[in-house]
Amino acid sequence: MANPVPVNLTVNGKARKATVEPRLLLVHLLREQLGLTGTHIGCDTSQCGACTVIIDGQSAKSCTIFAVQADGSEILTIEGVANETELHPLQEGFWEEHGLQCGYCTPGMIMSAINLLKENPHPTQQEIREGISGNFCRCTGYQHIVSAIEYAAKKG
Amino acid sequence: MPTPVLPKLIGERIKRREDPRLIQGRATYVDDIKIVGMLHLAFKRSDIAHGRILSIDTSAAEAMEGVELVMTGAQLAKILGPMPIGTPFPSPDHFAIATDTVRYQGEPVAVVVASDRYLARDAADAIVIEYDPLPAAIDVEKSMTGQPVVIHPDFPNNLAVAYVPGGTGVDAVAGTVDNTAIDAAFAKAEVVISQRMMNHRLAPNAMEARGVVAHYEPGKDQMTIWSSTQNPHILRSFIAAMTGMGQSQVRAVAPEVGGGFGCKINIYGEEYAAAALTKKLGVPLKWIEDRSEAFQATVHGRDILCYVDVAAMRDGKILGLRLKLIADIGAYNMILTAAIPTLTMLMLNGTYDIPAVRAELTEVFTNKMATDAYRGAGRPEAAYFVERAMDMLARELNMDPADVRRRNFIRNDQFPYATQMGAIYDSGDYGAALDLALKVAKWDELKKERDAARAEGRLVGLGLAFYVEVCGLGPSSALPTGGWEHAGVTIERDGRITATTGSSPHGQGNETTFSQMLADQFGVPMEHVTILHGDTGIVKQGIGTFGSRSQAVGGTVLMLAGGKVRTKMAKFAAALMGPGLEDVGATEADLVFANGVISVPTAPGLSKTFEEVAGYAYVPVPLPAGMEPGLSDEAFWEPENNTYPFGCHISMLEIDRETGEPKLLKLVAIDDCGTIINPLIVEGQIHGGLAQGIGQAMIEEVVYDEDGQLITGSFMDYAIPRATDFPWFELDNTVTPTPVNPLGAKGVGEAGTLGSTPCIVNAAVDALSSFGVKHIDMMLRPEKLWKIINGQ
Repeated sequence: MANPVPVNLTVNGKARKATVEPRLLLVHLLREQLGLTGTHIGCDTSQCGACTVIIDGQSAKSCTIFAVQADGSEILTIEGVANETELHPLQEGFWEEHGLQCGYCTPGMIMSAINLLKENPHPTQQEIREGISGNFCRCTGYQHIVSAIEYAAKKG
Repeated sequence: MPTPVLPKLIGERIKRREDPRLIQGRATYVDDIKIVGMLHLAFKRSDIAHGRILSIDTSAAEAMEGVELVMTGAQLAKILGPMPIGTPFPSPDHFAIATDTVRYQGEPVAVVVASDRYLARDAADAIVIEYDPLPAAIDVEKSMTGQPVVIHPDFPNNLAVAYVPGGTGVDAVAGTVDNTAIDAAFAKAEVVISQRMMNHRLAPNAMEARGVVAHYEPGKDQMTIWSSTQNPHILRSFIAAMTGMGQSQVRAVAPEVGGGFGCKINIYGEEYAAAALTKKLGVPLKWIEDRSEAFQATVHGRDILCYVDVAAMRDGKILGLRLKLIADIGAYNMILTAAIPTLTMLMLNGTYDIPAVRAELTEVFTNKMATDAYRGAGRPEAAYFVERAMDMLARELNMDPADVRRRNFIRNDQFPYATQMGAIYDSGDYGAALDLALKVAKWDELKKERDAARAEGRLVGLGLAFYVEVCGLGPSSALPTGGWEHAGVTIERDGRITATTGSSPHGQGNETTFSQMLADQFGVPMEHVTILHGDTGIVKQGIGTFGSRSQAVGGTVLMLAGGKVRTKMAKFAAALMGPGLEDVGATEADLVFANGVISVPTAPGLSKTFEEVAGYAYVPVPLPAGMEPGLSDEAFWEPENNTYPFGCHISMLEIDRETGEPKLLKLVAIDDCGTIINPLIVEGQIHGGLAQGIGQAMIEEVVYDEDGQLITGSFMDYAIPRATDFPWFELDNTVTPTPVNPLGAKGVGEAGTLGSTPCIVNAAVDALSSFGVKHIDMMLRPEKLWKIINGQ
């Protein structure tokens, strides 16, 4: 490994340490070194949003950030959104409303939706569509995803 | 305590069993697989569209620490022959990695094996290749004259498939063509409409790109290959053949698969290379495709040019349809490449009873990525050409687009209907679907709304389109892989049910629908059923998931396998009930499976629980005469014919007069896929198909420049529809079961791509009709529309 750099971060509430190449993308740190494979990679140009996680309270595309840039950050991934006994309202909404098919975009979509509902707890359908416009889904045509997010918003 | 009543599940809106793992990030896609000692592959790809390879310098790559192996195409060809295809057409040799000439941008030229994926990419980038560039054949109509270059020496004029005629007057067996009927139709016609139409090239773009992990274990002489595929059994056959192994030595696994849409039917060079190299090196290897690679080197879809002539009377009756199809198939044949446009040919009758239909198909090599199956695979092209032609006729005759279609529909009493193009439509009620579409869309009100908007100076148009597609593929005579499907059903000792299916899903929800069906068949809770798929080590045989066949073929064979086990279980139950059964005048055939109990309705005292009978079958003391212990069986089944789902889509579209930007205001989809097992899943399938059809009509397009450089090589340049691109879809359905299978199910996976595309272009033409426009080629680029509005 060329020029290894230590990084310390909090992921899903746990302190994690890693030694990385400076060019390592955050998404690869999460997936390859920390074993959190729920975050996916769907493109290489930051369009698709499959890799979306929450960094210090803001949704971000983890394929566009070097691991070293996330040093000291608090990161939430799909693996950390539910508590031990029940699903997150958005996970529940996606299940209830058939908001997924192949499931590949789903973790990123849910992370973006968490951010959306934090900023706007009761969005209109148009606001939902705009809120997830940085996330591609090729299976669902988005309609059931809109319903899933409405479900979660209603549940609060 | 009374047993709770279990509701019937078939036809119910049931949420999916697949979802918990997917919404929690706990699913395992191919890139989530890690094996100790695993190395990574990266491919060096051609950055030109066409040229001879003069030299490849791999020395810098090989010198990097952690690089295990670098191989050129010529080196790999010593252990890996040309790739097989699945169609009977003649085909040029196509190696996993180009050996001496590159024929499309992105074609692999060398492969690197290294300890880490970043390093593998660095090493691939360090390979230096010198080319002697050749001209690129990009324009399909020039290419078919051999200009500017012939791509494969054995295929003069770049003709992969030359001028195949079909339809009225064509006798394929005798090789004769009789023009009398089609000429008569055009001679008699009061109206003739002619139009050149393009159904342009698309990139499938499953959100998970391709990927493979291949692991050859020398000690066992066995290989396991995990791949993001739609059909692991076909993958296994091809990998075994290419690596010289027996099919019993290769296990293929489709783990969680992040979408397919047809592009993951193929077995690609990267998979063969991974298999050959793991066998050579004896270590596990992984290759994960980047999105940029997917644009260049995963099959594209569509790309068929059509010249259509319609002969009709002034009352709207069509006498004849003549079509010339020219398919731009790219540089090579992949598995089904040459077959896809033949499906377009097959479906050129549309939903209409036309006295004479004549078509001609030519398939042409160009210096682009190969085309192959993409959601709809040949049928959306047919629906588009026919439905645009119908709309042009309606406009010419000043008829309502619904009326001109109704005037020509195949009538209900004509089914089964043998088309001029050689299909046998199983069942249909086209008038009912049209009526429902007009009702749901409020067609007459919509027309008033459009006219009112126009009075305000807005450019608003309405589009209507019908479609019929060929699904539930198919009899073995129609599929080179075999057209059957396989299933196995086991009642475990504790009464739980394990089923295997050769239909390998990638988002279709088969675990849910198949559980619903078996739960009903055995009268047990759905939670007691486990559906296993996607692993040739577990699922004995299979074909796979494509051509909207999961339910019609895979679902049917599952019920047949279940039926065999149910019959045997009834025998065990009867044995357990003893002479009491005969005393009440019943036999095993009278037993009812419901609510977790096997019983005779007239003698509740004889009831046995499902678990009790299952347990007895595995410890059968005494063993009933003539019976084997255990409850497990399997079935193969293939349909005698394909199925032919149909539907009607209606759209309303507005074009901004200032910018030319189109906006879809409304989309109504009426689809008839026969019997519906789970309406929620059917809705999801239609939504997804609509999104891809609307994407094609409005924003998606693969573009190569004149040198063969891929202009749309990333999501920066190729527009995938976003949530903001769609209105709220309005869905309804008619139900016309098929007689082809006992479920009555026809298939629904591709339907949305068929009706949406022509109905949107029809709406765009309607919106701009005041400018005298009769046809607009997709996609509806604002610049193109702006030019029409501004007379340029």
